[in-house]
Amino acid sequence: MADMGGAASANSATEMLEDGVRRRDWIHIAALSTAGVGAASVLIPLVSQMAPSADVLAESTTDVDVSAIQPGQSIRSVFRRQPLFVKRLTAAEIAEANAVNVSSLRDPETLADRTLPGNEDLLVTMGVCTHFGCVPLGSNEGENKGDFNGYFCPCHGSHYDVAGRIRRGPAPLNLAVPNYEFKSEGVIRVG
Amino acid sequence: MSFAWAKQYEPKTPLTKWLDEKLPLPRLVYNAVGAGYPVPRNLNYMWNFGVLAGVCLVIQIVTGVVLAMHYAANEEVAFATVEHIMRNVNYGWMLRYAHANGASFFFIVVYLHIFRGLFYSSYKAPREMIWLLGVVIFLLMMATAFMGYVLPWGQMSFWGAQVITGLFSAIPFVGEGLQVWLLGGFSPGNAALNRFFSLHFLLPFVIAGVVILHIWALHIPGSSNPTGVEVKNESDTVPFHPYYTAKDGFGLGVFLILFTFMVFFLPNALGHPDNYIEANPLSTPAHIVPEWYFLPFYAILRAFTQDLTIPFLGITLIDAKLLGVIAMFGSILVWFFLPWLDKSPVRSGHYRPLFQKFFWFGLIPTMIVLMICGGAPAEEPYVVMSQIATAYYFMHFLVILPIISQIEVPKPLPFSITEAVLGSDDSAAAARTGSVGAGSKGDLPDASLQPAE
Repeated sequence: MADMGGAASANSATEMLEDGVRRRDWIHIAALSTAGVGAASVLIPLVSQMAPSADVLAESTTDVDVSAIQPGQSIRSVFRRQPLFVKRLTAAEIAEANAVNVSSLRDPETLADRTLPGNEDLLVTMGVCTHFGCVPLGSNEGENKGDFNGYFCPCHGSHYDVAGRIRRGPAPLNLAVPNYEFKSEGVIRVG
Repeated sequence: MSFAWAKQYEPKTPLTKWLDEKLPLPRLVYNAVGAGYPVPRNLNYMWNFGVLAGVCLVIQIVTGVVLAMHYAANEEVAFATVEHIMRNVNYGWMLRYAHANGASFFFIVVYLHIFRGLFYSSYKAPREMIWLLGVVIFLLMMATAFMGYVLPWGQMSFWGAQVITGLFSAIPFVGEGLQVWLLGGFSPGNAALNRFFSLHFLLPFVIAGVVILHIWALHIPGSSNPTGVEVKNESDTVPFHPYYTAKDGFGLGVFLILFTFMVFFLPNALGHPDNYIEANPLSTPAHIVPEWYFLPFYAILRAFTQDLTIPFLGITLIDAKLLGVIAMFGSILVWFFLPWLDKSPVRSGHYRPLFQKFFWFGLIPTMIVLMICGGAPAEEPYVVMSQIATAYYFMHFLVILPIISQIEVPKPLPFSITEAVLGSDDSAAAARTGSVGAGSKGDLPDASLQPAE
């Protein structure tokens, strides 16, 4: 009896059970799995700490007073540290935007898609070209508005129309419209 | 270097063969920590701390590099950036606590590693170089930790920097100029903070380089062991992988449990609350203390209260401040001379009864007393306690150790590691008498000393 026990323990290191599994496979798998879970849980904070920190995320809403913007006028503001273009369209510009065949656009959207109902004359877009991120011209007096009377990005020649939609040039998408709503009469909250 | 019976690395796949020809990194790893590196089979847990120290270095570098993405070393904003890390950066609180407590754990591990070296005389031939490199690593660690503690620019950061850089003014003639040059100013300010950040980032990589030399020097003779008897035979060793990879892995698990417990549940226990107050050059804290791992050396620094004068003539040879500085640095520099101060041919403290008494009842209590005195205010009875402890500390290394190492009668050593572990060493018996089985179980050899080769 003692002999068998001795023999079993001497051979347990290399002894295989019927299906080719060794006794110590269990501890190998258990230890390495635990180490793997540990390694993953170490990796998560190391990767996450590079994501925007709480103070950066807190700059997530901006209020803009739009009551003084006249038709044909546009202002620039800042939203999440990037330029924000707010423009009040004239009736002619609204008609121009609605006259475009939407299916011919690279990024098909109507003016109504890009404005709030009841406020189709107020166009709020990011001032960031969707190509590589330059700030397009056209939001200030006297700036080049490009061939479609909207915005023109001088970096690589993207032309946007009155509704901020890409019409010509390398940019893939229309100027981004951030989430916004009217907080009160004449004041919008962006973000 | 390897023992003759070390397994050779054999690349099996076409890729590993190609790699072995062009850049034999797998071979290097195999020979250093794999099955190709024989290690004494009887190492106890005191041998785990070298690997743990390496892990601590990696933890500090990783958390440090990541913290440096969010920290700014300008005195206007430094304190605020640390709070930004704690409050705004994702997991910033965890990374900061891991880095701060990681430094403490690095020192805990390194102190245990050093005490292993002191007890088992790891510093003796042929391992003197490993020991010397180790002392260099320790000095670099102290510099790194000191500068790192200044970076948050809290009260203790500033005033600790003030005290320690003030030591340089104790050096005769060049002291004041040296202090101003080091600080880039007349007291710790923006210039000092910026350069401390730069050097604090640099030194850990210097430490990593010296660690590589330290391990390389170790792999020439191979590890010592608790008996102090050198490896003679294949039966004395086991391959590093899987035996010590497993044992070190277990030790790492225990270490990480303790470390994460501190980080998550007691993150400020080892720190000083005053460092959560922004540095104020006009207001000195009631008690300036360094971090716990510097306390023994701080006690030695403050123990010297009287100038060294020529009696009756009133000529000051060395003033108390300079005496303290010399003693503080001397307390570490004395370690450099250990391989030559300890003259016993026996390595392991297990076989040196007189040495053991002075180790456990002399050196260890002295270090504990010094640590307590370092954290206490500079008043009685702590001053006289630190003076006695400092005196004993230097006496232990410079007087007691050389004397007892020559007069003590050591216990008989085992013939080999195999004999110590298995109770008998048949190969040894065969070598001695020329026939197998002539040695009987459990016999000890003659009480002949095994020279430390």
